[in-house]
Amino acid sequence: MNPAIKPTTRDAKAAPPGAQPTTPLAALAGKKIPRPTSPSVGRSIYIVEVVKGLLITIRHLVRNVFHQSRMPTLAYPEIRRRLGERFRGRHRLMKREDGTPKCVACMCCETACPADCISIVAAEHPDPAIEKYAVRFDLNIMRCVFCGLCVEACPVDAIRMDTGKYELADESRDRLVYDIEFLLNR
Amino acid sequence: MTDVLLIAARAVLVWIFPLSLLPLVIWFERKGAAFIQDRTGPNRAAILGVRLGGIVHSLADVVKLVTKEDIVPAHVNRVFYTAAPMVGMAVSLLTMAVVPLADTLVIAGREIPLQVSTLNAGVLYLLAVTSFGVYAIILAGWASNSKYSLLGGIRASAQVISYELTLGLSIVGIIMIFGTFDLNEIARAQSGTLLGFLPRWGVFLQPVGFLLFLTSAFAETNRNPFDLPEGESEIIGYHVEYSSMKFALFFMAEYANMIVSAAITTTLFFGGWQVPYLSTQDLIARAGTLVPVSFGALAAASVGGIVLSRRYARALSRVYVDLRAREADIYTAVFVLLLAGAAGGLAFLGDLPEWGPPVFALVAQLGCFLVKVLFFTFLFVWVRWTLPRFRYDQLMRLGWKGMIPVALANVVVTGFVLYFLESRR
Repeated sequence: MNPAIKPTTRDAKAAPPGAQPTTPLAALAGKKIPRPTSPSVGRSIYIVEVVKGLLITIRHLVRNVFHQSRMPTLAYPEIRRRLGERFRGRHRLMKREDGTPKCVACMCCETACPADCISIVAAEHPDPAIEKYAVRFDLNIMRCVFCGLCVEACPVDAIRMDTGKYELADESRDRLVYDIEFLLNR
Repeated sequence: MTDVLLIAARAVLVWIFPLSLLPLVIWFERKGAAFIQDRTGPNRAAILGVRLGGIVHSLADVVKLVTKEDIVPAHVNRVFYTAAPMVGMAVSLLTMAVVPLADTLVIAGREIPLQVSTLNAGVLYLLAVTSFGVYAIILAGWASNSKYSLLGGIRASAQVISYELTLGLSIVGIIMIFGTFDLNEIARAQSGTLLGFLPRWGVFLQPVGFLLFLTSAFAETNRNPFDLPEGESEIIGYHVEYSSMKFALFFMAEYANMIVSAAITTTLFFGGWQVPYLSTQDLIARAGTLVPVSFGALAAASVGGIVLSRRYARALSRVYVDLRAREADIYTAVFVLLLAGAAGGLAFLGDLPEWGPPVFALVAQLGCFLVKVLFFTFLFVWVRWTLPRFRYDQLMRLGWKGMIPVALANVVVTGFVLYFLESRR
């Protein structure tokens, strides 16, 4: 017997009392499922059981009629579930205080993205203090898996997923590839 | 001329009864299913913001089904294919013809029975016509010329034939006790009390017969737990080849059947139109006190309605900003009108005119019948969302080896008991 594999309590229960559990395989095969016996007379005329069942369902019905507010269903477009603080919704790009995009086109998010949904075209920034900026920043939301790795990867906190927007359906595919304007301003 | 008009009016009344209940029963089904499963159910369709808790959905369904394209597959037998849903609907409406909605109305020396036909063999008519119902299913299954439909049809015919025996046998006890085939007579015989407190209803005289009857009524209407012919959720039934209004007609026939079965169950076992503890004579004789009491009850009920609808209004205003937020105001208005009507009735109630007491008895009995029928249709829904479906062999075993022997034993025991009661008298 492999000493690394210890018999669990369940295996021990299945084995006959007093017997040493031999191999794990035998222990697994030891659980015997009894054959179904024919039900008692009381059960086989159903009536009591049917009434029990009916009582369970009517309890649900009455509770739901009188306490509709306690029902888990929400009247969705009008009432929405409160999102967690860390909910990852649609992305947005952050701006500096002067209104220019924070993004320095370092390609970290593009590299980190497992779904390959971000594509950045970089150019030299006129301000010598900043190395680069993104000429194009296209985010294909149809490919996005909302893992949040781009947010983690960003060294300058330029991309966030904190908009809380999750109703992203649209009528054309083109509009689901967000450009830099969209991500900055909406 | 008046006679002909009266007969026509009776026929229309008895027709309208199941048809107008249909949307309500479909609403029962949806809302009941939803609440039993902890869902909210339909609550969106609205006419000017009025949703009636989802009843408007039935209307939306009708519009949808009527305007849908009616596809007739090329391989069907057109005549029977078209006839089948009509037969189904016609049969369930025909059955209502002998069910009394209230006691015979005696007004101005004229007797007006509240059923289309005062057939003295009403129970036999019932059994005869309900067994026609299976023709719709078999016709649909066969005329569709598709193996799934055919299998559904065959399942249905076997099931309905098996359970028809129990259905017939379970009524025998009732017929023996009341000694008549006339449904109105049966209902009338169920007045008075048993042991001083129980209404003298068939269910207390024939509890076993009632259980058997109810079970076979479930099977006859192809409702869960006996909905194998149809199996709308999983196994495919006799109406796979149907679409649009033809399918809707099957659907409606099922619900009309439910209503009719509920009406028959009420008539045979729950006193029909009997108001508990008050026979027709009592109702007419004490109309002077009962009319104000019922006006008062109506007023109290409308006050309750106003309170509830105000509560509903608060709940709505938390959710909606559009027209729907105003929905409860309409209900409040309706209840206020009802309250005003009841109060006005109380205030201006002088001596009842000569036609007053019989009409009051009619209204009370109609209302009582309606409440009982609605309870039984609700029972159909309730059972459907509680019990799982029987397997086919279990269904057959229960029918032939369980219920038929019990039904026969019930007949024998009832006979013996009646014989001893007679001989001791």
